[in-house]
Amino acid sequence: MKVLVPVKRVIDYNVKVRVKADGSGVDLANVKMSMNPFDEIAVEEAIRLKEKGVATEVVVVSIGVKQSQETLRTALAMGADRAILIEATDSVQTDIEPLAVAKLLAAVVKEEAPGLVLCGKQAIDNDMNATGQMLSALLGWSQATFASELVIDGDTAKVTREVDGGLQTISVKMPTIVTVDLRLNEPRYASLPNIMKAKAKPLAAKTPADYGVDVAPRLSVLKTVEPAGRKAGIKVGSVDELIAKLKDEAGVI
Amino acid sequence: MQFGLSDEQRMIIDTTRAFVEVELYPHELAVERSGHLPLDLIRDIQQKAIAAGLYAANMPAEVGGAGLDTLSWLLYERELGRANYALHWTCVARPSNILLAGTPEQRDRYLMPCIRGETWDCLAMTEPGAGSDLRGMKASARQDGGDWVLNGTKHFISHADLAGFTIAFMATGEEDTPRGPKKKITAFFVDKGTKGFTVRDGYRNVSHRGYTNAVLEFDDCRVPAANVLGEPHKGFEVANTWLGATRLQVAATCLGRADRALQLAISYAAERRQFGQSIGKFQGVSFKLADMAMELKAAELLTWEAAWKFDQGTVSEADMSMAKLKASEVLAMIADEAIQIHGGMGLMDELPLERIWRDARVERIWEGTSEIQRHIISRELLRAQGG
Ligand SMILES: Cc1cc2nc3c(=O)[nH]c(=O)nc-3n(C[C@H](O)[C@H](O)[C@H](O)COP(=O)(O)OP(=O)(O)OC[C@H]3O[C@@H](n4cnc5c(N)ncnc54)[C@H](O)[C@@H]3O)c2cc1C
Ligand SMILES: Cc1cc2nc3c(=O)[nH]c(=O)nc-3n(C[C@H](O)[C@H](O)[C@H](O)COP(=O)(O)OP(=O)(O)OC[C@H]3O[C@@H](n4cnc5c(N)ncnc54)[C@H](O)[C@@H]3O)c2cc1C
Repeated sequence: MKVLVPVKRVIDYNVKVRVKADGSGVDLANVKMSMNPFDEIAVEEAIRLKEKGVATEVVVVSIGVKQSQETLRTALAMGADRAILIEATDSVQTDIEPLAVAKLLAAVVKEEAPGLVLCGKQAIDNDMNATGQMLSALLGWSQATFASELVIDGDTAKVTREVDGGLQTISVKMPTIVTVDLRLNEPRYASLPNIMKAKAKPLAAKTPADYGVDVAPRLSVLKTVEPAGRKAGIKVGSVDELIAKLKDEAGVI
Repeated sequence: MQFGLSDEQRMIIDTTRAFVEVELYPHELAVERSGHLPLDLIRDIQQKAIAAGLYAANMPAEVGGAGLDTLSWLLYERELGRANYALHWTCVARPSNILLAGTPEQRDRYLMPCIRGETWDCLAMTEPGAGSDLRGMKASARQDGGDWVLNGTKHFISHADLAGFTIAFMATGEEDTPRGPKKKITAFFVDKGTKGFTVRDGYRNVSHRGYTNAVLEFDDCRVPAANVLGEPHKGFEVANTWLGATRLQVAATCLGRADRALQLAISYAAERRQFGQSIGKFQGVSFKLADMAMELKAAELLTWEAAWKFDQGTVSEADMSMAKLKASEVLAMIADEAIQIHGGMGLMDELPLERIWRDARVERIWEGTSEIQRHIISRELLRAQGG
């Protein structure tokens, strides 16, 4: 079975995000970029499936600027076999929207015929949480979102999902789309020997036109603002005072 | 000229930095406070470093190393250099390149166990009476039958307590040269436990807590001829051939530590408020940051250029001395100023700055003092003019 893992290049989670002065978005010029952490977990899971003999090949695909190549190389260094770069924009400020990404992925799926698509549950830049679900709809495949455990048994996948207040286990028919959550695994370091070997792994360069997909934006961003700063707290003198304030002022009890 | 990093170099930095932050930083304070690195901690981190291919990454691929070019290797050293020295040196060890000079038997016996993480090497050159002037060494070896018999004392020998063996440099005679008599030096493998070889605790050191140094005593210590590394009387030639880039390694680890201190200083200056504004708004603070960043960049450029030239075969002794000298002096300046920017908090060991400041001190002394580096640089300048 082939596993397809889409990976997105996003602002590194350690970077202090700054909103551009004109409010059009987040400033991404000269900022450290990395693989979306949820996608890293998806890559790790795919590699583990291969190590267990469940998967035979791990193909990673990235859609965005040319520099997404770096993200793909990281995935190859972790252990993916092959990469596809779909260069869909030349501006680091342009985010390709989930529907366009899902359409491109659907076209890649038709070409590659994987038995499983493992996506991150969301990208940490825009937090859309939509691509996996849209891909499922476009392909007519089953979907299992927010996976914290994945067991593949023949033509079904048993997926434990993180839902509000607990875990839910579902069984889905293969081929399927699984979007992964934080606790599925801990991604490995790309080891130095594997980093050196990654250079020799194939990376195909494509464009949206190769798949006949129009990636023009459908959404327009009206305004981007920083979250309001946290207000200073107060000190209370006693438990009684705390309870009184929670009751009367905050109205939470 | 090309100043960009390759994809591989970027990934080497990412992996090494992540490893240092996740696996080494959490143990720093305990090691600093106790001056001790417990063996089970060493083993634990070592296994992870081996799995990540970081262990012995300075070695060529054919013996199980990462097979890096000099610049990539130094980028890795810079990341390791951010952390406590004892932790990265011991748990993510880089066996001395001089072990590659050994015969196939010597490689099997000494190099390979170091690469597999089973033991460590140490290099013994310095003596109480011979530091910068190593040729002035008194420790000696004489031939006796097929064996060599070693006598003398070495001191300041790093991590000799952990090492399974030492490479000891010994005087083995004198030769006449146009500039007067010159001692001939031979390098020997000496196993721990060899009769007549004792390792004693060394001194307590202001820098690099947990990274010990020892005194080595040789008292009629007998080793077979097979323990000679390289050819007899060619010990310094072997060292010069295989330890060429060690100064650059020192430079790279200094750069990592300096960058860590600088980043802390920048964040603190942006956040700390006094007199109603962030202290970074005071020129007295912000101009310090500008100078620190500029000096660090200058030191980096010297180091990366020397590394690049090293692989082109065009590097000069002065190039490497400039890199080591500049990086170690810039580290000292940045560590000092980073503490200044932190005010009293900079002196407290909850932050890594006080130890970066202490650790900086040794960098201007070992691997050639700053004066010896200036001597090397100036000699190269004057020689070109016949001076
Ligand atoms: C923590 C630590 C670990 C070490 N680890 C090792 C190790 O593992 N193996 C090993 O062999 N050695 C090791 N060393 C030794 C180190 O290499 C020496 O300390 C260094 O070479 C300087 O020698 P010295 O300390 O004897 O100083 P000296 O050579 O006595 O120098 C004293 C002063 O005189 C100056 N000076 C000397 N000659 C000249 C000159 N020609 N012109 C101008 N000024 C000069 C020096 O710059 C210095 O300021 C270690 C040292 C330390 C501190
Ligand atoms: C060992 C020790 C013992 C101490 N003992 C005592 C004690 O017994 N009692 C007591 O009350 N205090 C004590 N102190 C506190 C000491 O007086 C303060 O650390 C000192 O006044 C600096 O304040 P700070 O550490 O908060 O640094 P900050 O005031 O936060 O300064 C941080 C940096 O900003 C710079 N800066 C601040 N304002 C300006 C400006 N306007 N222009 C330019 N630069 C500026 C400073 O020079 C410094 O580089 C002690 C401190 C230490 C380290």
